[in-house]
Amino acid sequence: MRTRHTLTALGLMSLSLTAVAQDETPYITLASTTSTENSGLFDAIIPQFSETSGIDVRVIAVGTGQAFEIARRGDADSLLVHDTAGEERFVAEGYGTERADVMYNDFVLIGPSEDPASIREAETVEQAFSRIAEAEAPFASRGDDSGTNRAELRLWEAAGVEPDGEWYRELGSGMGPTLNTAAGMDAYVMADRATWVAFDNRQNLVLLFEGDDALFNQYGSVLISEEKHPHLKHDLAQQWHDWLLSDAGQQAIADFEVKGQQLFFPNAE
Amino acid sequence: MPQHDSAFATALALILDLDPTLLGIVVLSLQVSLSAVLIAALLALPLGAALALWRFPGRGVLVVALNALMGLPPVVAGLAVYLLLSRAGPLGELGLLFTPGAMVVAQVLLVLPIIAALTRQQVEELHLEYREQLRSLGLSRLRMIPTLLWDARLGLMTVVLAGFGRASAEVGAVMIVGGNIDGVTRVMTTAIVLETSKGNLPLALGLGIVLLGLVGLVNAAAHLVGETARRRLG
Repeated sequence: MRTRHTLTALGLMSLSLTAVAQDETPYITLASTTSTENSGLFDAIIPQFSETSGIDVRVIAVGTGQAFEIARRGDADSLLVHDTAGEERFVAEGYGTERADVMYNDFVLIGPSEDPASIREAETVEQAFSRIAEAEAPFASRGDDSGTNRAELRLWEAAGVEPDGEWYRELGSGMGPTLNTAAGMDAYVMADRATWVAFDNRQNLVLLFEGDDALFNQYGSVLISEEKHPHLKHDLAQQWHDWLLSDAGQQAIADFEVKGQQLFFPNAE
Repeated sequence: MPQHDSAFATALALILDLDPTLLGIVVLSLQVSLSAVLIAALLALPLGAALALWRFPGRGVLVVALNALMGLPPVVAGLAVYLLLSRAGPLGELGLLFTPGAMVVAQVLLVLPIIAALTRQQVEELHLEYREQLRSLGLSRLRMIPTLLWDARLGLMTVVLAGFGRASAEVGAVMIVGGNIDGVTRVMTTAIVLETSKGNLPLALGLGIVLLGLVGLVNAAAHLVGETARRRLG
């Protein structure tokens, strides 16, 4: 009796599992960043793509460093990330075949409303970074080799500051968790505007500095090499890539708003 | 603590609304964790019993290793399964990565040592108690396994529930091998991580309350079965 019950249960379970695994509309796996996923962009644009193409897009939202690694190992059909230098290297190394600008947004500097390092009055982002370092005010860094993290490290370098010391806290987390922690520590933090606008747990944090050209944040779509990974769904990925760059795709990105604000600005050529 | 009030309110609203997205997440969570526990139990119960009954060189090392693996960090299990199932890995051909199947594999890896180690201990004690009787019946050690497992079943149910607790609570492994894909591999724990990272703390906590409720229901069902069995046995 008992064995029969167990076997029935096992049968049912594996049946239901295969049912989950085999719900077969064609799909691609897209490795992308937490900023695009957390802001809700994909929820807004993917249904529009699926409607015209019949292709579903399954998003793995990770840091840019991990997204590259997933794609390099052949575990994703396409990439949408924001580290232009890294994307170009990915193509140069032969893992990617084509890279195109899709859209941009910008980074903003967030911090405690009292602004102890007075970065509100800073003229350039380099100056704002220097002031934070001089004041040794707590700064929460992603520290996870993500696109945002890489951009932040370039800005410290441009400011001529070696970020080091107790005030500089590398968290090794995604954008959202870093904002949560910064809110708890009342620390300065650099965030992409999309995640910041959509973020709910702000506590004492406010936007303090924005608008410098150096804070420009470009997103690119990259197709994976057929030669390196012949098993991937290159045709479907190409359709997604083309749609992102098409008028329809660019319009879908422009139409996406959170709390009445446009978060991504299409700029495909 | 207004945050907590709104978390309970959120949890209540989530349950009352019967939101189809949430329902899908709940069903997938249960499917993945229950399948993992079932598979792990089928392998680990006989394994644990065998380890209790046989004496062989290196057995001590094996027992210690199994006990230590009860503390295997989920993120390490996830990483190992990821490397195994990745296209560049040895089992990449299966195309299991970022599917519920991969999540089951990772959770089996986490649950198996717990069930095997605790079964070993329970069966060993039972065997010490009944060794003379079993020997007088002339049972071989292989035949003793089902007998002892059956006699220890009430205690072993708690062991299996401990395994289920581990599976339903972990997030590190399913996040890596599942990828938290909306509608495909998003389960309760990865949804909680996602909402937390959005700073949507009441919803995250609300989902946590729903998860606790679910685990409570599974445990209550197991308890009921155990009690019925106990009563029937008198």
